[in-house]
Amino acid sequence: MTETMVQLVDVVLLVLLAITGIAVIRTRNLFAAVMLAGIYSLVSAGLFVVMDAVDVAFTEAAVGAGISTVLLLGTLALVGYKESEPEHTPLLPLFVVLVTGGILVYGTAEIPPFGGADNPAHQHVAAHYLHDSEEEVGHIPNVVTSVLGSYRGYDTMGETAVIFAAMVGVLLLLSRGPLPKRVFHDGRWHTVKPGTTRAEMVAAMESQGPNDPSGDPAPEEDDDG
Amino acid sequence: MDDRVILRVGTKILSPFILLFALYVQFHGDYGPGGGFQAGVIFAAAFVLYALVFGLGNAIRVMPPKVAYICGALGVALYLGVGYVAMFRGGEFLNYSYLFGVYGYEHDPTHGQHYGIIGIELGVLTTVFGVMVALFYAFAGRRRIDT
Repeated sequence: MTETMVQLVDVVLLVLLAITGIAVIRTRNLFAAVMLAGIYSLVSAGLFVVMDAVDVAFTEAAVGAGISTVLLLGTLALVGYKESEPEHTPLLPLFVVLVTGGILVYGTAEIPPFGGADNPAHQHVAAHYLHDSEEEVGHIPNVVTSVLGSYRGYDTMGETAVIFAAMVGVLLLLSRGPLPKRVFHDGRWHTVKPGTTRAEMVAAMESQGPNDPSGDPAPEEDDDG
Repeated sequence: MDDRVILRVGTKILSPFILLFALYVQFHGDYGPGGGFQAGVIFAAAFVLYALVFGLGNAIRVMPPKVAYICGALGVALYLGVGYVAMFRGGEFLNYSYLFGVYGYEHDPTHGQHYGIIGIELGVLTTVFGVMVALFYAFAGRRRIDT
């Protein structure tokens, strides 16, 4: 791609990003807001691709646009799709946002030019990684993998542990006992409450009568997508 | 549920390809973009899609929550295990060059590096997959409280 092409793609993506961001703020429909947030992540992933950070783009597309959208939809199924009217005037939040944004824009003046070979980021260990990883780590054309897995193995281990800790935290906060069980009895699958013994289950099934074979114990809100 | 034929058939056709793509992302991470984290998320996405279309109960039959929790812990254990093997072989913790050969550099060190990275990436995949599925179950398994 030529330089102007790249700039054109940059401008289009950034304008899309700004439009999506404003739309997320303005909408009172939380379902639309979640969907727009997914689009925001996808456009960000496109920007990362333009900046040659394909690994980051991949993660952003999979996590930001994929899993977190689904998790937010799952949350909406519990809390409802309508955002309540704000109780306070938006003046103070607007002031905070403008000041923070102003500081950030002021900070960009100090950031070295994108992709410059003399940038501090390329002066420290990056040169060593790019130059010697073939010899030290072996033939791994994607140096990102060498850095993540071998040179920075400790960091990646910490990240994996953090993800595990996130699971423990969310389960402690959200899980309320085991999920409903599926039990095969009398030629059909049944959904039963957790914590019941087999005799109780069978007795409940006998009194319940025929069970929908494709029965869905999840609430209806879960199927709206 | 039965009237949404396109969703059901589409999910059934797509699921194996999503799983296969996740494995491609995992094992092609040395050569192109991707790795354990992205592969784990894509692998979990297949189960999330299945749960969305066929209901949480059926998804739990395919992938019980306990398996997801165990996967989440097992991946971290695998990662640490690779590090400890390198340590007991005489190197530093997570120094994969020592993974093969008792006296360290007797063996080609890049050989150990290669298998070490595969090992830890597999650990990352297992943890991310287990955690993503567990998080989805935790959110989707809750009932709405109408007060």
